[in-house]
Amino acid sequence: MKSYQQNFFSGSVRKTSFLRLFRNRFLSGLCIALSLLTLVPLFSIVILVIRNGLPLLNLNLFTQLPPAPGLDGGGFGNAILGTLVMVGISLLLSVPLGVLSAIYINEYAPVSAMASAVRFVAKLLTGIPSIICGVFAFAAVVMTSHHFSAIAGGVALAILILPIILLTTEQALLGVSAAHREASFGVGATPFQTIWRIVLPDAMPAIMTGIMLAVSRAAGETAPVLFTALFSQNWIRSVLEPTASLSVLIYNFASLPYAYHIKLAWSASLVLVTLVTLTNILAQVIFSPKHR
Amino acid sequence: MSTEKNPTLVLTDDFAPGEVNFIKVDNFKFFYGKKEALHGINLEIPSRRVTSFIGPSGCGKSTLLRNFNRMNELIPGVRHEGDITIHGTSIFDPSVEIIALRRRIGMVFQKSNPFPMSIYENIVYPLRIAGQNNRFILDETVERCLRSSALWDEVKDRLHESALGLSGGQMQRLCIARAIASKPEILLMDEPCSALDPIATAKVEELIIELKKDFTIIIVTHNMQQASRVSELTAFFYLGNLVEFDETRKIFTNPSKQQTEEYITGRFG
Repeated sequence: MKSYQQNFFSGSVRKTSFLRLFRNRFLSGLCIALSLLTLVPLFSIVILVIRNGLPLLNLNLFTQLPPAPGLDGGGFGNAILGTLVMVGISLLLSVPLGVLSAIYINEYAPVSAMASAVRFVAKLLTGIPSIICGVFAFAAVVMTSHHFSAIAGGVALAILILPIILLTTEQALLGVSAAHREASFGVGATPFQTIWRIVLPDAMPAIMTGIMLAVSRAAGETAPVLFTALFSQNWIRSVLEPTASLSVLIYNFASLPYAYHIKLAWSASLVLVTLVTLTNILAQVIFSPKHR
Repeated sequence: MSTEKNPTLVLTDDFAPGEVNFIKVDNFKFFYGKKEALHGINLEIPSRRVTSFIGPSGCGKSTLLRNFNRMNELIPGVRHEGDITIHGTSIFDPSVEIIALRRRIGMVFQKSNPFPMSIYENIVYPLRIAGQNNRFILDETVERCLRSSALWDEVKDRLHESALGLSGGQMQRLCIARAIASKPEILLMDEPCSALDPIATAKVEELIIELKKDFTIIIVTHNMQQASRVSELTAFFYLGNLVEFDETRKIFTNPSKQQTEEYITGRFG
């Protein structure tokens, strides 16, 4: 009979195996189930946004202005442009500041009071609620210039993403191998040359990833632009006047009692999600390391 | 430990002298923070020779090596006492520019560290940072350095491909090529073969023997056979002291200090 046959593995296995096997399968199953569960909210959002946003999606959305309340037709070209402009302004302000500070605290003075202070403040800033950035920009820019403006929105977003850029850049610089720095100093390079020619190119993919992360964060935020850039029904003509943005448009239109505006808000959500996803994918494709 | 009279070098007759005291280490002490890593080293290294530094880990041989091109100064909280002169000039003299010093002293590291660039750009990097962008000179340098490092035939058809596609041994020879691109006088090698297989090691050793015609080479090694194969002079370090410095042949056959003998015969270290 087969079951009485002795083989090399019989003996020890039979007695303990059932409980072990069960526990092993149970825990593996639990891990798989829970990781699938984490995907549920993400996919629900994406599916919901696509299902509600897709029906209205057409080229006019990108080229036309929002309709007056109660009317149909039109799009939100001004809001897309406004979001791009304000994200652009925030990058212009925060990228030089964030990247240069990160270079300073990581390359020039890694163990100084200054570096610890900057690191500490940056970490504190990441925890500041985005609405506070908006309040600050309102007080600092809107109150002093007496205008809601794209600049004010850009400043609010810049404050929001500055710590993200600073901290991801620092991580990127830490990731550059010490051997490369050593090699560069070893052939007589100055700190500047080493940073410019060796460290930055090496860290660039990771820095760009951080910047793209910041872009998606900035593009999606409503609170900082809500009362700094306000909103506008028209195309942006100057960065000194109130400017529409996708996130504020979604916020505004979703609370209107007009069916068409609510549909527009759904489409704007789809466009926003797509824009953010595309920037992330693009960043990874373009800035993936070449010589590695 | 042995702060007794420091050993001095006596050259035998068949040792054709270069400049005998080309590099002179004068009562040199080095501190990492409060820890004294070198306790007053005195040493004279002749030019156009291969000198090897041996000794157990932590004995200070790498620390001394990395002082010749002042690489140790990149570490926060270090200081030194005493002096090191090269061809009569103190390397710590305020008039000596650290950049210029490092251009005259090439360095090869324990782990090969080519930049993530093409083979060509790796070698011309020392020239580019010195502002040399003349295509003709760059091309000429690449060929000269690759021929000197015995790599030319292996890579001449793929100069513009990534240096990271090379084998471990080729990468280390590329680093040697890069180290000699700025035409230094001295070549410092910090365990250059410790990450290489025996065949790649043999190639690098051949290269070292070839290069000593043009360079003063100082090599730190844990491999005693390597020290005896490539170097004419050997310095034995122990616990931050220079125990013995003599011709390699003498160190390995008839060392005058007992510690040296115990170390090279493998009784400690």
